[in-house]
Amino acid sequence: MLEAHDLAAGFDGRTLFDGVTFALESGRIMGLCGASGAGKTTLGRVIAGLHRPSAGVVRIDGQQPASGKAQPVQYLHQSPLAAMNPRWKIRCILAEAGQPEAGLLTAFGVDAEWMGRFPHELSGGQLQRISILRALTANPRYLIADEITAPLDPVSQARIWHLLGQIARSKQIGILAISHDRALLDRICCQGRFELGQRGLIRHEAAGPVGVIDPDPAGRSARSAGRTAVRC
Amino acid sequence: MNGRVGALLAALLAAMLIVAIALAPAGLGETGIRADFAARNLAPQSGHLFGTDQMGRDMLARSLHGLALSLEIGLIAAGLSVAIAILMATLSGLGRGTDRIAGFVTDAMLAMPHLMLLILISFALGGGTAAVVIAVAISHWPRLARILRAELLQVAAAPYIETSRALGRSRVFIIRHHILPHLLPQALVGFLLMFPHAILHEAGLTFLGFGLEPSRPAIGVMLTEAMRHISAGRWWLALFPGAMLLALVLAFETLGSALRRLITPREAQC
Repeated sequence: MLEAHDLAAGFDGRTLFDGVTFALESGRIMGLCGASGAGKTTLGRVIAGLHRPSAGVVRIDGQQPASGKAQPVQYLHQSPLAAMNPRWKIRCILAEAGQPEAGLLTAFGVDAEWMGRFPHELSGGQLQRISILRALTANPRYLIADEITAPLDPVSQARIWHLLGQIARSKQIGILAISHDRALLDRICCQGRFELGQRGLIRHEAAGPVGVIDPDPAGRSARSAGRTAVRC
Repeated sequence: MNGRVGALLAALLAAMLIVAIALAPAGLGETGIRADFAARNLAPQSGHLFGTDQMGRDMLARSLHGLALSLEIGLIAAGLSVAIAILMATLSGLGRGTDRIAGFVTDAMLAMPHLMLLILISFALGGGTAAVVIAVAISHWPRLARILRAELLQVAAAPYIETSRALGRSRVFIIRHHILPHLLPQALVGFLLMFPHAILHEAGLTFLGFGLEPSRPAIGVMLTEAMRHISAGRWWLALFPGAMLLALVLAFETLGSALRRLITPREAQC
């Protein structure tokens, strides 16, 4: 279990948030939303060990993650293009994390032909799938998905979240989904949606059925894909 | 033909020109070095396309000898200088402590007057080709090191660097595989800018008597000599060596920009 105790963080002496305490269970998806500038991304980065908190501690199964090896919490950037070396081809980008499982390559619909391409030669959705695949290849225990589907069309969003939901369950990976889209979080998060404010997190219960979006395999309209909810 | 193929062709052409200049003296032998007082001060004509100088030496052969010498000195001096600059920038990338040391050394070098440092080093080493090369190399790296450090800090802050760290990659791996390849185009441009600079300093040092021996056919020596004869109407003494030096520098620039396009995949497709 990933536990955050009394976390506080900010920049240049200005505190963005404090008193953030929560626990994320393996195999579950937890939603995080909040106003722009509330510190959602900073909180995600603190949990992934990319930003030093001004107070508080993050523990995984009671221990603080050690540096110098593949981190158990992997952070997924909103822009996968920025998170990939522009001089590297997809083959090298994936290989940096290790050898991806053949099953995952198929599940993410990765074409063998993409391997010889540079990041800017793939679309946003394709690149985000590569980014997730790379993070999963590092065998993480938890993923921080920071607005990973924000720039994508509803069908691509649904496809990615459906896959992540399945993988979270099968590989027992806990996911913190950060988004402005409360409706999306209500659909995908089985551990509830939390709102980040200056004084910590406030839990919101989802109004509708909590579940994973159906990726619309029959190719129905994007709108209908966004509405369909299935079990968590 | 896409950008990459075009860039490759341009690079090959420029490289061929540079190699041809480097190999020319072997084919020329003593022509252009040995004096021939029967053919003094001849204007450009069929036998001597670039004319002859006050000692009857063919200026075409002499310019080619000079270019080869300049090429050798410029390449070694600028190459050494770029190597020092990359080393100092890499030190900056290793950590805060090493960054402070590298920054202090760079600032200390920048604080010393450029020309004085050149003269002092060359003088201390007793003059000659090796002394000029070492003097230019030691006195020219700090500016490039500054540029490379700025580029390094920018690349080091890129999200893919923190992703690489999160994937368990070491600092040395990140510097070698992520950061240094990004510094290469800057280093290349720095090298190209330093190359003509090195040649000019070689000529300057030679003029002041701390550089190459006046008997060697360096472009700098030729241009200095031409200054004395240009008022007598012997324009070819300055024009042709100068134009050939320009052609050599342009060849380097073409090679540099073509290589930059080749190693920057996105730019090559624009």
